[in-house]
Amino acid sequence: MSSTAQAQKKGFGATLWDYLTTVDHKKIAILYLVSGGFFFVVGGIEAMLIRIQLAVPANDFVSAGVYNQIMTMHGTTMIFLAAMPLLFAFMNAVVPLQIGARDVAFPFLNSLGFWLFFFGGVFLNLSWFLGGAPDAGWTSYASLAIASGGHGVDFYALGLQISGAGTLIAGINFLVTIINMRAPGMTYMRMPMFTWTTFIASALILFAFPPLTVGLFFLILDRMFFANFFAVEMGGNTIIWEHLFWIFGHPEVYILVLPAFGIFSEIFAIFSRKRLFGYSALVFATILIGFYGFMVWAHHMFTTGLGATANAIFAVATMAIAVPTGVKIFNWLLTIWGGNISFSTPMLYALGFIPSFVAGGVTGVMQAVAPLDYQLHDSYFIVAHFHYVIVGGVVLALLGGLHLYWPKMFGTMLSEKLGKITFALFFFGFHATFFIQHFLGLLGMPRRVYTFVGDQGWDLYNLISSVGAAFMALGVITLVINIIMTSVKNERVGNDPWEDGRTLEWAIPSPPPFYNFKQTPLVRGLDTYWIEKMEGNPEGMTYAEPIGDIHMPNNSIIPFIMSAGLFVAAFGALYFIDGDKAWPLPVLALGLLITLGSMAARSLKDDLGYHIHKEDLLKEGGQPGGH
Amino acid sequence: MMRGLKKWRLFGLAAALMAFLAACGEEQISTLQPAGQVAEDQFDLLLLSTGVMVFVIIVVSIIYVLAIIKFRRKKVGEDVIPEQVEGSKRLEFIWTAIPIAIVLFLAVPTVAVTYQLADVDDMGVVDAEGTPASVTVDVTAKLYWWEFAYPDLGIVTAQELVVPTDEPVYFNLTAADVKHSFWVPSIGGKTDANTDGVNTFYLTFDEESADLEDGVFYGKCAELCGPSHALMDFKVKALDEAEFQAWVAAMQESTGEAEGELAQEGQELFEQSCIACHATSGAGTTGGIAPNLATFGDRNRIAGYLPHSEENLKKWISEPQEYKPGNLMPDPGSLPGREGEAFSEEELDALAAYLFGLTVEDDM
Ligand SMILES: [Cu+2]
Ligand SMILES: [Cu+2]
Repeated sequence: MSSTAQAQKKGFGATLWDYLTTVDHKKIAILYLVSGGFFFVVGGIEAMLIRIQLAVPANDFVSAGVYNQIMTMHGTTMIFLAAMPLLFAFMNAVVPLQIGARDVAFPFLNSLGFWLFFFGGVFLNLSWFLGGAPDAGWTSYASLAIASGGHGVDFYALGLQISGAGTLIAGINFLVTIINMRAPGMTYMRMPMFTWTTFIASALILFAFPPLTVGLFFLILDRMFFANFFAVEMGGNTIIWEHLFWIFGHPEVYILVLPAFGIFSEIFAIFSRKRLFGYSALVFATILIGFYGFMVWAHHMFTTGLGATANAIFAVATMAIAVPTGVKIFNWLLTIWGGNISFSTPMLYALGFIPSFVAGGVTGVMQAVAPLDYQLHDSYFIVAHFHYVIVGGVVLALLGGLHLYWPKMFGTMLSEKLGKITFALFFFGFHATFFIQHFLGLLGMPRRVYTFVGDQGWDLYNLISSVGAAFMALGVITLVINIIMTSVKNERVGNDPWEDGRTLEWAIPSPPPFYNFKQTPLVRGLDTYWIEKMEGNPEGMTYAEPIGDIHMPNNSIIPFIMSAGLFVAAFGALYFIDGDKAWPLPVLALGLLITLGSMAARSLKDDLGYHIHKEDLLKEGGQPGGH
Repeated sequence: MMRGLKKWRLFGLAAALMAFLAACGEEQISTLQPAGQVAEDQFDLLLLSTGVMVFVIIVVSIIYVLAIIKFRRKKVGEDVIPEQVEGSKRLEFIWTAIPIAIVLFLAVPTVAVTYQLADVDDMGVVDAEGTPASVTVDVTAKLYWWEFAYPDLGIVTAQELVVPTDEPVYFNLTAADVKHSFWVPSIGGKTDANTDGVNTFYLTFDEESADLEDGVFYGKCAELCGPSHALMDFKVKALDEAEFQAWVAAMQESTGEAEGELAQEGQELFEQSCIACHATSGAGTTGGIAPNLATFGDRNRIAGYLPHSEENLKKWISEPQEYKPGNLMPDPGSLPGREGEAFSEEELDALAAYLFGLTVEDDM
């Protein structure tokens, strides 16, 4: 019955084809998980190279130019190619199940979003083999990004443009899914917290990615097609890039951290065996954080010279975000207060998250104090701060979520013992690496330096930081071993492997059948599965409809081809400026033709999907993946 | 304004922690050992915000630790199903109101100091005779060095900023090529050097730098600007008023003429191959292609970061890309009059003798 067993039966080629063409949200989740996990490892290796280089003063492990490439790619990869897709993996795996839906609203677009991200990420990383990676930082501030030689920054601009389109599509898809596809009875105020945070994060994607798209188009046009948006001597302006980037960049933090909050909310409730305390306050805090997220971008630009009034306004606006964030922290604390706490691996991550994220939050408030930020900005203090937020918030959620949802996605449990070892190594390593960096910043060490001169008071702290990073790496290696061992053992689990599941995804088999719900459930309250369990309903669900035919979408290779077309076109655009080759323009045209052609094919050919018939459903649930 | 906050320095854990760390930092570069009013205001804000935040952390930690201890499954019982509490309006109110109060408490000094540090109204103010009442420095950040021009005094230098103590010094900051950021941690926070427009700000230097380890404060470029961003250091000499005036006078009179035979040989070489980019007289204006070398002999570093020895100077001249990747100084072979030929050891000796003889401090 399992998908792996199915895969073995089907043979490698057929499985590959299945994944290339799938529109099933659960398989797309696995695609996101595998590719996001791959990029996470790549970004992690880059992080280790950084810490090796900075372990001792005046090190020459890597050269200055290569260091800037590694540092740029570490940030870009971790944000765009690891954290975002890994969150999309959980959103895809869980949200449709949580709202009692058979799939997302637009399964075809779901596949397209993934393949755009995938080809964008591959394109960006191919820069390593094609003359050098981008080296202007993940923020690629305009003057340096324009001055940077080679094609590195071109790979950055084009790669992010392609994968960003995928992200935008995914965001819109989740918005529509959550608005339209909720099961009967699931009002907005009965939606599980992870669904809520996905909903708000998707709204943020909708508004935050377009400014990035505009900025990237300016950059592409300037670097590759002779425009002068950022050329000061031609009347251009470089500060506009900073605005566009951070109007995207600040909400991006919440795009990452809100779903992380969602995952932790699920974990706290499940492993405290208790309803989320102050659910409605948590919902409103989420909305408020999303809203404020768009009004604070200039806190990244306190030293740019916007003037005292702008700095003062953005300073106070930024501090205001601490209020809803604090509300969340206290509601989580009160969720575990009076609960029955099990220290399972996911819960360890959630419990580890609280102090880590509070530390990241308070240093955020310190940096909101604009005059103080003149000291902290672009020093190692800010490096420490955003790693506390992104690792202490997002990565801990991804690891906790991985343990929590692994049985739901794959039908088997990760080893708790190895899970706890992973947590211990990673958590210790994380604090050892980054806590000390606050002080490096206060002692005057700027960020993004490829080396440093000894005896400035920084030598010991840098060494400690590098040793800490090694522990994080050991943690990740343990996790990989855990995944391999678990997959080999492959002990199957039931619907509710953690035994205290509260929401709909735990009411159906692990992994769920490809149509998710044989009958659409009727939602009778917040934590509907918990309600049914407490009432002793052995089915775990009340149904909103009798068993009937289920309409399913057909698989399609078109999203893959459409994305591949842009991938090809990007090479044409990238080499066009060189002017010494004949092929770039034809390649650009060919790529766009492939994409437009597949769009036409999709539009002109009706694809009405197919039906699973009632009789087949009655015969033991139909065959998962059997189409 | 910040005087009222001084009491925070005595405040509990934060102060103890900071005192411990202040001992760790290096005086010439640590933000924790402020040597100017701006850095001091910022340090006070650091103590204030750290104090408040430590309070927040303590409150959260207490609830957190108690919850984990009291409600762990071992203690509560394997099969116990806790009461499913919905929430509490009163608690929600409390933990909304208290953070709002904390934020307001922090917002007041934040706004006040933001305006105070942006106050450059007295910049360029002249007295009855038309002499400027304060010193203004035009800073231009370039790949990967700093030019410091004093337009009112008719002098220009590079890599080592020289300023008077105990008075506000005003700065006009800009970048010539890509964005950089000007930062002297122990004197005050950073300001970006943008390619579009000029940023103005002030700093005060309350301590003479002569007592420091190498007699200078350390300055850094704080915005990624290319491969050698990490090496884009500069130094600051803070002199008392009389010494500063003497330095200015010496600068105005500096000619870049060599003394001694070897140095004169060096000067000839220099005038053949280097003078097109490097000026050697401190009298002048901004806009140099390469650093002005009038004070070279007085400096603390070669290429901004290497120890100030003749040996390092020779290495740097011979292989500029090796020591500062991406910088714009040509290899010796491509300099005027070299026709592909590197400097010989004798020529390097002569150049070093000449450059190390370029000093104004001896004439002060
Ligand atoms: Cu931000
Ligand atoms: Cu710089």
